[in-house]
Amino acid sequence: MTAITEAAGGSSRPRSAGEGRGKRRTGAESVRSGPLLLAAWIAYALLPWYWLDFQAPAGMAGYPLGPAGSGLALALSGKAWWLAPILIPLIVATVAWRTADPLRRNGLLVFAGALGLWAVLKQGFVVGLKGWNFAWVAALMGGPGPSQAGFGLGAGLLLLCFLLLMCQGLAGRGWCRGDAFIVSAVGIVVALILLFVFFPVSTILASAFQDNAGHLDFALFVAKITDQSIWGLDCVTGRLRCGVAWNTLFLGVLVGVATTALGLAFALIATRTDFRLKGALRILSILPIITPPFVIGLALILLFGRSGAVTAWLSEWFGIPRSRWIYGLPGIFLAQALAFTPIAYMVLVGVVQGIAPSLEEASQTLRASRWTTFRTVTLPLLRPGLANAFLLGFVESLADFGNPLVLGGNFEVLSTKIFFAVVGSATDQGRAAVLSLVLLAFTLLAFWAQQMWIGKKVYVTVGGKGDAGLPLPLPKRVAVACYATALPWALFTASVYVLILVGGFVRSLGRDYTITLDHYLSGFRIEQGAGGLVFSGGAWDSFFATLEVAAMAAPLTAVIGLLTGYLLTRQRFAGLRAFEFSTMLSFAIPGTVIGVSYILAFNVPPFELTGTALILVICFVFRNMPVGVRSAVATLSQIDKSLDEASLTLGARSWTTLRLVVLPLLRPAILATLVYSFVRAMTAVSAVIFLVSAKYNMATTYIVGRVEAGEFGIAIAYASVLIVVMLVAILGFDRLVGKRKLGRREAPPVTVAAGG
Amino acid sequence: MFLTRRALGVAFSAGFSIVLAGPVAAQGQLTVYCSVQEEWCRPMMAAFEKETGIKVSMTRKSSGETYAQVKAESANPRGDVWWGGTGDPHMQAAEEGLTEEYKSPKLTELNDWAVRQWEGSKGRTVGIYSGALGFAYNTKLIAEKKLPEPKCWADLLDPKLKDEVQVADPNSSGTSYTMLATMVQIMGEQKAFEYLKALHKNINQYTKSGAAPAKATSLGETTVGIAFLHDHVMMIVDGAPMKAVAPCEGTGYEIGSMSIIKGAKNMDNAKKFYDWALTPAAQALAAPAKSFQVPSNKATPIPPQAPKLADIKLINFDFAKYGSSDERKRLLAKWDAEVKNLPK
Repeated sequence: MTAITEAAGGSSRPRSAGEGRGKRRTGAESVRSGPLLLAAWIAYALLPWYWLDFQAPAGMAGYPLGPAGSGLALALSGKAWWLAPILIPLIVATVAWRTADPLRRNGLLVFAGALGLWAVLKQGFVVGLKGWNFAWVAALMGGPGPSQAGFGLGAGLLLLCFLLLMCQGLAGRGWCRGDAFIVSAVGIVVALILLFVFFPVSTILASAFQDNAGHLDFALFVAKITDQSIWGLDCVTGRLRCGVAWNTLFLGVLVGVATTALGLAFALIATRTDFRLKGALRILSILPIITPPFVIGLALILLFGRSGAVTAWLSEWFGIPRSRWIYGLPGIFLAQALAFTPIAYMVLVGVVQGIAPSLEEASQTLRASRWTTFRTVTLPLLRPGLANAFLLGFVESLADFGNPLVLGGNFEVLSTKIFFAVVGSATDQGRAAVLSLVLLAFTLLAFWAQQMWIGKKVYVTVGGKGDAGLPLPLPKRVAVACYATALPWALFTASVYVLILVGGFVRSLGRDYTITLDHYLSGFRIEQGAGGLVFSGGAWDSFFATLEVAAMAAPLTAVIGLLTGYLLTRQRFAGLRAFEFSTMLSFAIPGTVIGVSYILAFNVPPFELTGTALILVICFVFRNMPVGVRSAVATLSQIDKSLDEASLTLGARSWTTLRLVVLPLLRPAILATLVYSFVRAMTAVSAVIFLVSAKYNMATTYIVGRVEAGEFGIAIAYASVLIVVMLVAILGFDRLVGKRKLGRREAPPVTVAAGG
Repeated sequence: MFLTRRALGVAFSAGFSIVLAGPVAAQGQLTVYCSVQEEWCRPMMAAFEKETGIKVSMTRKSSGETYAQVKAESANPRGDVWWGGTGDPHMQAAEEGLTEEYKSPKLTELNDWAVRQWEGSKGRTVGIYSGALGFAYNTKLIAEKKLPEPKCWADLLDPKLKDEVQVADPNSSGTSYTMLATMVQIMGEQKAFEYLKALHKNINQYTKSGAAPAKATSLGETTVGIAFLHDHVMMIVDGAPMKAVAPCEGTGYEIGSMSIIKGAKNMDNAKKFYDWALTPAAQALAAPAKSFQVPSNKATPIPPQAPKLADIKLINFDFAKYGSSDERKRLLAKWDAEVKNLPK
């Protein structure tokens, strides 16, 4: 296989190494940067440079000067003279475009792009809303200095153009085998991660090293991070509590293992058995992920709390004394396992499908029993899936905040500690940052362990040949084990959801079971007004805003996440591992910290985004992107590279290959990402609580408000509505994405579980 | 070019093509951060809009969250008025200079405690309502266990109530910090910590949110819950089998406050709202919204369900001392060290 790969590699890329191609290709190359250059000039000379309020009627007054003025006009008129130096890189890029010598041209392009990025960003950060942003500039230049608003259309587009020009230059100089698409994709993803993950996260993590007045203080940092309340091990030796770090770690491992096991059981039942109620099972396995936070915790209390339905029944019939066991580790564990199993399932179902049956058949032909085959062939091939599922479960558990809040009892975890370090009665942002660093360290550790476990082995099972094998039915003991774990769990999930559904229609869940429609009416009343229907219920505003934001965020998350996953598995470039870890960063940091960091970073120019829906969309995209990355990585590690290479050999560009070969094979991953990001945008709480505005209020903050006010009825009714909407959306995505065809025989009814 | 154009298109739609409402700073507008219950926030804003024609954008967040947001946004403030929520975070914001000094002409109509809040913060925040601390017990559970009805703080130490009392963690909840400060003021610091250590044996959990013990009591998850009395009354009005108690030794209280955010973009409107929110007409909107705190304007009718401050033995709560961040840090650290991790 290696030999073939290399042979293909040698001859397959007609577009590699542009400089060695002679005059004809050189001409073609220079045409390529033409439109980009044009776009850059338009962005600088014509488009409004600053962020505009599109709703203010006077927005365009005075064009090309005024608030909607273009960069060039403002620079030349002297109104914003600091924009003038941007002309230099633009001119250099134009010179490059006219240069015939490829080596010189590409060098100039890289230089112009880098200089352009630097010039635009530097002026943006130096000249702020209230004059000079840095004391030394003010001292140098004197006076409070000029002021300017945040970047708008022109500045944003120009930044993008400079970035792409630089990438083209780099590709021309042979980076990534001279593939301009790949270099541009890497460039864009890296730039986005730098801007929307590193920049905000570093602003807040810096406060770990500062005291309350903002001065550097390392001793304080050391004191905070070695605190007994974080690392104490008292619970091992006595009846005291352990440090919050150990609690979190223990819970995370427990939840990671449990969700992976349950997810695997569901995935195996869905793909490898002829279980009749697969459809129902699939919906049940998806339900928890589309449940707004607090609702699961609340339902668990109503079932297993001291006055819960199950507890009452057990105590009446079996004399089991009522207790509060649900508050603390058992409760959080149950709720998190319930909530995160679907993520493991979604990652694993694609991987289980992808395993080539012929490998298992070969094993059987060699007289291995079904069990031996499962143990020595199937399970090892599942490793990337299992590892990724575990990683997601672990990290989700670390970052989860709603469940520990409701069910935590006296069991403390980092995420709630961090939340209350920010908003509690003893606010201390430095402490929050220190605790976040601990959380990050755990994520890094899990990531590293996962890499170790997967190792350098090859998990390719989807090759160019159609696979004539039939997926083996599960060995008996595995099937039994699957049913034994999945079915009770499904029953448990079902009962939780029956309770939730009922909760919306009774007066007060757990106390007064009179049937009523009041909750739905107060939230979702529609009246016949003078000008048509009037949505007069209190929940409509947040409902529509949430739908809008979720619908925008989901496809973007899928595109960026899958592209990143593709780059990580299919391309080799310097800093790959660091890049991979950085994609996990925003996922691993608790939402509260992300929320505050987004305000700190994006409330002031040059990137002034707070109060818009855009900041919500961006927050969701970069928070949920890791799921896209992880599922793409898991799925792609099964797909033989020779498929891509065959396409490249036939003269297709890498974009065409991605579109026609890789994407169709990635369908389960696409679906998983779309579903997850859509759902997450509708159910996330902690990050958005600081980013919502009067105009863009989110459903979950509304629900949390209801829960705080003790109005569980409306909260549950709203949650039920969201659940139905999300179910419909998931089915829609399912249709839209379609099923992947792996060229496998379909003899026994092993229909692909595309719901996953 | 095809590929670059596509790549461009993707990134383009990601960043720039979405036409959205930008930050608004037009006239005739007001942005209010509201830190009371949603059903109180909404009618307040609607009434103000109706009265003045000023368009209000309201965001509801808890007072801790609003404080964190105001602090994070201080370089470029987004909000104008911060209305409602317990007084401590308002005090803290005042201490850090995040809010604006303002002397309302309505100040003379207010109760003493509301004015004291204003004086204590050097004019940066004012009291708009107050609510006393207390506890409530689930009547069903008390009857089932044949326990005597608790009437005083001391009654909560009854060994029969082991694992039956719930209160929030003072580190996360202002409600619970109020209790800590109250105990210190009633009993003196040493006695107060002895009391809290003894109470620790009866606590089943320290919740995160201050109002959670009231909810847990209504559901029967705990027999006794410690919270603000109006939180209990809200559950009782909703039909929960519980009874609210104002402890016989006396109790502390919170002062719900209002502040104008420093650098507010609509300063004039913010002041209009501030003055209006102190009028009896505006404060009377609380009761229909099921919020039974005691309003700060002397002329506002007190809702009949509200726990009457006159019947409650209120201590002379020193907000200036116990609201300062140094004292708070010291007491919380002491509570962490001496009470929280005590074995039961």
